[in-house]
Amino acid sequence: MSQHPSTYIPKSALGKWFESRLPIAGLVHSSFIAFPVPRNLNYFWTFGAILVFMLISQIVTGVFLAMFYAPNAALAFQSVEHIMRDVHYGWLLRYLHANGASMFFVAVYIHIFRGLYYGSYKAPREVLWILGVVIYGLMMATAFMGYVLPWGQMSYWGATVITNILAAIPVIGDTIQSLLWGGYSVGNPTLNRFFSIHYLLPFMIFGVVILHVWALHVPGQNNPTGVPIKSGKDAIPFTPYATIKDIFATVVFLIFFAYFVFYIPNFMGHADNYVPANPSVTPSHIVPEWYFLPFYAILRAIPDKLGGVIAMFASIAVLAFVPWLDTSRVRSTAYRPLYKQFFWILVADAILLGWLGAKPPEGWYVIVSQIATAYYFIHFLVILPLLGFIERPLPLPNSILESVLGAKKGGSGMPAGANAEPQIKG
Amino acid sequence: MADTTTTLVEPTRRDFLYIATGAVAAVGAATLVWPFVQSLTPDAATVAAGAPVEVDLTPIADGQIVKVFWRGKLIFIRNRTPAEIKAAEDVNIATLRDPQADSARVKPGHAKWLIVYGNCTHLGCVPLGHQGEYEGWFCPCHGSIFDTSGRVRGGPAPTNLPVPPYAFTTDTKIVIGQEVTA
Ligand code: HEM
Ligand code: FES
Repeated sequence: MSQHPSTYIPKSALGKWFESRLPIAGLVHSSFIAFPVPRNLNYFWTFGAILVFMLISQIVTGVFLAMFYAPNAALAFQSVEHIMRDVHYGWLLRYLHANGASMFFVAVYIHIFRGLYYGSYKAPREVLWILGVVIYGLMMATAFMGYVLPWGQMSYWGATVITNILAAIPVIGDTIQSLLWGGYSVGNPTLNRFFSIHYLLPFMIFGVVILHVWALHVPGQNNPTGVPIKSGKDAIPFTPYATIKDIFATVVFLIFFAYFVFYIPNFMGHADNYVPANPSVTPSHIVPEWYFLPFYAILRAIPDKLGGVIAMFASIAVLAFVPWLDTSRVRSTAYRPLYKQFFWILVADAILLGWLGAKPPEGWYVIVSQIATAYYFIHFLVILPLLGFIERPLPLPNSILESVLGAKKGGSGMPAGANAEPQIKG
Repeated sequence: MADTTTTLVEPTRRDFLYIATGAVAAVGAATLVWPFVQSLTPDAATVAAGAPVEVDLTPIADGQIVKVFWRGKLIFIRNRTPAEIKAAEDVNIATLRDPQADSARVKPGHAKWLIVYGNCTHLGCVPLGHQGEYEGWFCPCHGSIFDTSGRVRGGPAPTNLPVPPYAFTTDTKIVIGQEVTA
């Protein structure tokens, strides 16, 4: 079992005929069946599969919604209500799609923090990581444009605030804004082009996901120890082990998702978005969807309009440089006692920023936002590079197998690996 | 054939042809991008709908603010009371973030009428009239404060509410969208 077949041999004559013309079955076999997976992966490694599932779910529900949705400023709001009231199971399609976007972000945030914790961005996985940051950016653009489509008050004013942000960019800002608007303000042309792009981007995401998985399958998966696979005993084949685990995790995630869809479908939405767009009245409190709140807090923390815009984009872009900002040679935080503390402070800082993003920007909220924003950048630009030099990491296990079997204290007293019998453990 | 070029140091006719072909392709591609980008700019119907609009001021009571739209943009027309005009004029403009005299924001002889765009210069929300410290406008989104001349007096907004192009055709009629009347 430790010898993973890298070549696929079709059994039937038809299979042989086809494989010699398009070797796709072999590709699937080596990528998702025989592919060697570290034997010590925990459930944080199932979120990649969950993300693929969510992307497909968004595309399927979206394509069906698009059959009933009218991308016209005069009709959009009505057509969404039509979906909700008249279309058979339209409410289900829409609630799956709207809550699905939130679930997509829940999964992507866990996935990103998993990578930060286990050092999955370090060599040789830098390209893999950067492709992930690209996917995340495309997801944000897709979700932002999707939220504009129902053409409620939050849709309209969210679009107004965000497109005004872009106008702060020197020299080209006004041009970008006018090309997005297609008019002198957010209006029907804006809605039309946002719908077109909202339909397009998920397929672009799909393309980048393929590159992301490709870039993953070159170095293989990282694992909780950060120690690479050294022998066949460190690995198990993707199918059935990872396949079953991924399916199980996806089902559990679906239960969580279903709870929102069937019991609290508007929990993550805003009541104001059930009021049709009105360009002469602003809702009393404009807030973006929860997954944008930390960035919204950073935007507002800087008292200067352009400065705020730069800080917001920089807070996302900095992620792409993490492979080079982190100077430690140890991947997994499990062996980095100092970084472990700073990691959790960063998590707390991100949650704090999210909370602040939903608060009105007054009084001490502003000061705390400024401190939290400063800390966010200090983490990546100062702490992360310095720790690699200061920190004394814990000793690493010699292999994945040793970490799994030798870690048990009070065992047989045999040297780690002496009783290793991967076939039993797998 | 490829290896003949690698050994040569001198540029060859073939190099020239490659560069020339590449340049033609690049210019062609750039030319083709142009109509696509242009299609995104405001279309002829939108521009036509952006023609000047006439507004009759007679129904607007003293102290009232009305909202009108021009080019899809919100515009406030404010019939200012004498106290509001005085408050706007009595400001030391050197203390302002975006220094502008009140007289530069209204038409000569029509100080009563303040006409400004109705979207906050911060991120575009609609400020609420007769509110805030100076009882001009207060923006509920991030707390910008404007005075009775529409000038920013506090909060994150960088500039005053801009004055759209307009002109008085009679004492009680304005045309928004053109500076001078024929
Ligand atoms: C990356 C995947 C996607 C994400 C994150 C996403 C996100 C969103 C969001 C947040 C909304 C607003 C929901 C609401 O509050 O009503 C929305 C609406 C919409 N989306 Fe998507 N979407 C995705 C893929 C797609 C695809 C592939 C299509 C079409 C083929 C599509 C079609 C629509 C339509 C027609 C609406 C308007 C109806 C409605 O508001 O429910 N979406 N999307
Ligand atoms: S939009 Fe008015 S203060 Fe931000």
